[in-house]
This record gives sequence, structure tokens and C-alpha cells, in this order.
Amino acid sequence: MNTSKVRAAAEKLVYQANFALSKDVLSLLHKAMASETNPMAKKALAWIVENAAVASMEKTAICQDTGLPVIFIKAGGTAKISREFIEAVEDGVAAGYEKNYLRPSIVDPLERGKSFYKGASVHVEFCSGLQGVRIFLMPKGFGSENKSKLKMFYPTASFEDIEKFIVDSVAQAGPESCPPFVIGVGIGSTADGALVLAKEALFEDLSKTNPNRLLAEMEARLLGKINALGIGPMGYGGKTTALAVKILKSPTHIAGLPVGVNISCHALRKASVDFV
Amino acid sequence: MDSLRFLFQHDDIRQLRAGDELIFSGPVYTARDQAHKRFVELLAKKKKLPLDLTGQAIYYCGPTATRPGKVIGSCGPTTSSRMDEFVEPLLAAGLSVMIGKGRRSKAVRAAIKKYKAVYLLAPAGCGAFIAQKVSGCQPVCFEDLGPEAVCRLRVKDLPLVVGIDSRGKSIYPDL
Repeated sequence: MNTSKVRAAAEKLVYQANFALSKDVLSLLHKAMASETNPMAKKALAWIVENAAVASMEKTAICQDTGLPVIFIKAGGTAKISREFIEAVEDGVAAGYEKNYLRPSIVDPLERGKSFYKGASVHVEFCSGLQGVRIFLMPKGFGSENKSKLKMFYPTASFEDIEKFIVDSVAQAGPESCPPFVIGVGIGSTADGALVLAKEALFEDLSKTNPNRLLAEMEARLLGKINALGIGPMGYGGKTTALAVKILKSPTHIAGLPVGVNISCHALRKASVDFV
Repeated sequence: MDSLRFLFQHDDIRQLRAGDELIFSGPVYTARDQAHKRFVELLAKKKKLPLDLTGQAIYYCGPTATRPGKVIGSCGPTTSSRMDEFVEPLLAAGLSVMIGKGRRSKAVRAAIKKYKAVYLLAPAGCGAFIAQKVSGCQPVCFEDLGPEAVCRLRVKDLPLVVGIDSRGKSIYPDL
């Protein structure tokens, strides 16, 4: 595989994600704006929609918190990926941030000091049902990332227990995490696994219904409960505290039931590219 | 009257009520986590701050870098509560206005009441929209902090909402 091509594609992902809000998010924002009757909620949504338009027109990032870049590299079929490939993606993302005047928001966790561009969170997975390699990028802002939650339930916990934990996590995130949110939930696996699934869930196409009926029902119930919290856009009240809830699950241990919650602000920025 | 003067005189700040919407024009100083820490460390050592905060507004913001030909990059508000522990000494030093997003602690609400200050909310997650309302940006101090440096922004026609008024009333529950 040609690493300079990979690098260039990764750079392009940075631009796409930070300057053009994806269609599924934008369409849910428009839908929310039409259904809100609270004037402040409507106004907040109008600012958000205008912000997205200004961002692409003026080449000003959708949000100044251009996040910690989260990268998922998924390889399927007979695709071969090497350390070089992963480095090319990392380099391309860092270069894309710099070239597009994005904020260097990455620092040493203890020494802090001057911030820099390199240091994305990278996950590499092999999966079926995919030809070639797909690279996903999400610039994840920390206003919402700081509100992430994990709970290790007993295996006897009820759906209601799990849903209460998720709704409470959103209530605690509150107005400062930039609602309306998209809620990513990971159920099963291990403590770390559940949180990775929750993050991965945020990449799901928001215009599609979960193919798993049980999860689709849970998502719909959760969206109803979350929107009943009344936090609303920017915390000004109203019907739209979340735009969507997305759940992924994975087998877990007989003694446990990990549930991870990863919240995205309304500026859910994501982009992907395929290498065949 | 210049709307910035209008807002920064304490008597006028006192007229604002939690939930009021206003269109703000005037200068604000960007400062977030590390700048706050430094300000408060200087004050604790009885040293002079690199800028006079009397009657001024701090905007919790760390913008993206500025594209050539532009005034500023994306510049929305960051989460205010991370600055909660630094609020009281800055208000005691004369700060009048804080602009950010989200809830504040009970202690901050009490300090705002005590010092007759005000906490305003900027459109959260709308950094590109807000950049359109900024007509000037000059570095003031702590340039070594990069995006966390303190800059003086000239803001024009920025829509804001009063989060906590000078009587200590808040539109949100305490954090």
C-alpha cells in the first residue's frame, strides 16, 4: 500500500470532519428545530445550524475544540495493514490539523505544557463484511468526553437498571457538554471494551435503525427518556436533549455486565474513507 | 453610548436578570484553565496581574489557530465549571463579567452575588458563528500557552444569555 496516498487521505478526513457537519447529524438538527416550540431552544438550534453553514463557507472549524482525534482502522477481507500504514494515518491526521489551522489540543497528561498535534487515540480492528480497509476519524471534544461513564453491573441487572444509569449519565453531563447530544452506549465485553464500543457507536449512521431489534427498541426508549429530561439545546430547555442514541453490544463474562456511555456534543464530527 | 461601556458599569450589570438575552459588543479577554491558574498564583503571591481586570470581561475560550487573512479561528466557549475554583480571587481583583458555557458551583453563584458580577452564556459549540462576531484579536500575555494564551478580543453583536445575575439567580441548578 502506498503510504503517501494513505497520509493524503487521512489529511482529507481531518478537513471533512472539522469543516462539514455530516448529513445525518444535520438532518436531525433540522428536524429538531422544526419540532421545538420553546423559543430559546429553537434559537439555539438555529445558531447551531448557522454555525455549520459558516464553518464550511468560511473554512472556520465547526468547534474550536477540535478534540483529541479518535481513529478507528478497520480491516476486512484479505486486507493487509502494517505499522507503516498506521503511522501514515497518524501522520496524515496530525498534518491535516496543522495545515487547517486547527487547535493543538494535545498535551502530556501530567506535565501539561505547550500543546501539540500528535497523539490521536488509535484503534485497529479486523472485521468481516468489509472489503479492504476503512479509516474512521472523529475529532472528539472534551466538553463531552469528560462526562464519559462506566458501570460494571451485576449480570442480574434489569434493562431498567441499565437504562436508568444511561439516562442519569446524560443528566449529569448537563448543559455544559453542548446538548443536543448523540449518546454512544457499549454493552458487554470488558470495562475497556464497553467504553470502546460506546465510542464506536458514535460512528453509526444516525439515519439508520439498529438492525438488532432488541437494541433498536432500547435506543428508542432511551431517546424518549433522555428527551424527557428537558435539558434541551444548550441547556435552554425544550424537547431535544439528544438527537440519537446508538448502542453496540458484545459478548461478556457470566459474572458481569459492563455498560459504557460516551457522549458526543451536537457537533458530532466524523468522516471515513475506504482503501480497497 | 458604546455598548461595552454600558455593560461594564456595575449599575448596568445589576439590571441584567438570569435568562435575559442580550447582544453584546465590546472587548473581552480570553482565559481558560492554565491562564486562570497563573492569575490566581500571582494574586496569592500579592503580585500584579499582567492586565487590569477591573470592570473587565473574561471569555472562557481557547480558539483554533488563525487562518491567514482572518481575524481569529473558531472561538466558542469552553466549559466554565473548570474555572470555578479560580473565580473568587479574580472577582476580588475587580473582574465583572464571565462568559462561558454550562453550570457553575454554588460557591461561584455566591461570589457573583457578593461582588455584583454577572455570568453570561455564549452559543455553545458555535465557534465558527462566534468568529464572525469578532473584529479584533490581540495577544496580551502568556503567549507560551499557545491556544490558552490571554488575548483581547473585540466582539461585535454577539448574542448572549444571562446565566447568573448579580443577585445570584441562575437559569441552571448549581453544579
